[in-house]
Amino acid sequence: MNTRHLNTAWVVLMLATLATLGIGEFGARFGLAGPLAMAALLAICFIKGRLVVLDFMGLRGVKFFWRGLLLGWLLLVSALIAIAYWIALK
Amino acid sequence: MGQIKVLPLGQDDTAGMDIAPDTSRTTPAAAPPGDLAIWFFILAELLAFGVFFAAYAFGRAHNVELFNEMQKTLNREAGAVNTVLLITASWCVARAVEAVGRSRSATGARWLLAGIACGGGFLVVKGFEYADKFGAGINLSTNTFYMFYLSLTFFHFMHVILGLVILVALWVKTRQGAYGPADMNGIESGAAYWHMVDLVWIVLFPLVYVMR
Repeated sequence: MNTRHLNTAWVVLMLATLATLGIGEFGARFGLAGPLAMAALLAICFIKGRLVVLDFMGLRGVKFFWRGLLLGWLLLVSALIAIAYWIALK
Repeated sequence: MGQIKVLPLGQDDTAGMDIAPDTSRTTPAAAPPGDLAIWFFILAELLAFGVFFAAYAFGRAHNVELFNEMQKTLNREAGAVNTVLLITASWCVARAVEAVGRSRSATGARWLLAGIACGGGFLVVKGFEYADKFGAGINLSTNTFYMFYLSLTFFHFMHVILGLVILVALWVKTRQGAYGPADMNGIESGAAYWHMVDLVWIVLFPLVYVMR
């Protein structure tokens, strides 16, 4: 992984963190609340986690099996959180 | 008669010849960076945290009002600052690995030190958060939300401490020039563990501090 890739990943991760905080602080004022906010937060979470797995952990150039295990964990956890949130809405 | 082709100095005499293609960029590596054992350890840790996250999410589903009300009492800005600190620490550690891979141990050691500073900053911010809650009389038996909040974040807190111990060990050895392009196993293994700690927080922060 070259330094440019790592630096770009860090900038995107910082912006994504700002977006997460922004949704929490001001989301409701702009209609981004409830399930919509939840979906946005989970999407941002997946984007961030994917960058850490591929660029920081260095799994981008590794066989899919290893990437799949970690990204699969991320997807599974996100899905369980979404299901629990959906149950809570009922 | 065959003629001998004279090449200018420095010109590659393999140009135009059928040589084996360089597959190093296209063929994926069979194993991830570092020791294979650390990856099984990381997967076990992720499984434990995954169960914890699911337990929190389903626990919230049965106490939505309590969880939403209690979440307001958390310091979301402190959580965001800690996210920035952990991600930056992870970036520093990745830069350290990259520098050591180019035989630049001194640079790598400096990046590791910066990562350690960010990780230490996380502990300080989290320490203030805990002090604030304990000072207000909050403990594990206050309510279901705080039982989850304290146990989940403290479980992660302990992993940050272990990650920092590993980073300090890596820093000492990197300063001594123990790692290099031919021996990346130790530093890559330690770095992978630290990135796992970061990955877990990336899920924990929105789940506990923001989602409602």
